[in-house]
Amino acid sequence: MSTTKKTLAVASAVAAALTAAATTQATAQAKEKCYGVSPAGQNDCAAGPGTTCAGTSTVDYQGNAWTLVDSGTCTEMDLPAAADGSARAGSLEPLERDLPA
Amino acid sequence: MSRERDFTSAILDARLPVPSGLLDGQNQAAGRRFSVYRNNVAVSLTQALHQGFPVLTRILGPDNMDGLAGQFLRAHPPVSPVLAHYGHALPAYLDSLPQLSHLGYLGDIVRLELALRRSYHAADAAPIEALRLSTLSPDALLACRFSFAPAVSVLRSDWPIHAIWRYNTVDGAAKPAPAAEDVLITRPDYDPEPHPLPPGAALWIDALRSGDSLATATDAATAAHPDFDLSAPLALLIEGRALTDISR
Repeated sequence: MSTTKKTLAVASAVAAALTAAATTQATAQAKEKCYGVSPAGQNDCAAGPGTTCAGTSTVDYQGNAWTLVDSGTCTEMDLPAAADGSARAGSLEPLERDLPA
Repeated sequence: MSRERDFTSAILDARLPVPSGLLDGQNQAAGRRFSVYRNNVAVSLTQALHQGFPVLTRILGPDNMDGLAGQFLRAHPPVSPVLAHYGHALPAYLDSLPQLSHLGYLGDIVRLELALRRSYHAADAAPIEALRLSTLSPDALLACRFSFAPAVSVLRSDWPIHAIWRYNTVDGAAKPAPAAEDVLITRPDYDPEPHPLPPGAALWIDALRSGDSLATATDAATAAHPDFDLSAPLALLIEGRALTDISR
């Protein structure tokens, strides 16, 4: 390839990358932290051992364990009612319910 | 110091005598109480390895993982008080175990799990506005050099490590096909994300990270892989907020 051709090829590849990235970012849903919705041991966090988060929730729907969900869906999620029959809902703030004994 | 050394060796090896001079609450020799400490150390490090390497644990099964952890923690006790990074010696240890040589990919899977954890704990960095690239002339583009966020890393492997990782972490993910895979780790939001790279892209990103210009890095990648196209890996870097500065 001649130098000019190569220069133009790189420039058009960069333009293609910018278009692709802009499209992905426009379609990607923003995420938010949602408390009280994770089944036990499935809360998000890749921090590893010795930290207070990675898969460490020990009860279902633990109120102070969070998971990332699509923005705007946290408080509308359908969750099973608690053992005493009271309704559960997700929250953007840590909750006092379903804490490990 | 030799007292500390005796204590540490005795903690990790139950065949050694209880270190002398250890007393219980009644000023009696500690005796079997010392075994409680031995057990706590071994159990906590075993749990740390289970938590830190969920994919390895899933592949081996919890019982085999317990066995492996028991050997590994005695061969390579922690060298730092930061438990979150425990296990950096595990990949080489796995590569050297004849019992696991039929699972040749395990070392690279563990390298990926360690790299994801390092990425999680890396410092924050503000990404560039990607549109800056579109304002540059083609010649200026070729002369560009990039700075990268500390959370970025690249792994090269002879095994399909991204597919194996996905198969063991994402419900319903496709079964891994035998192929070499390179992986780019970025951290666009809170959590690190691994992405499979097309051939030549790992070389290209590593060249850029070492300070090569876009022209030099692209020439090197094209020389090794004539079909190399920078648009896919560059899009991954932009989406992953991996680029933090552009210079000439």
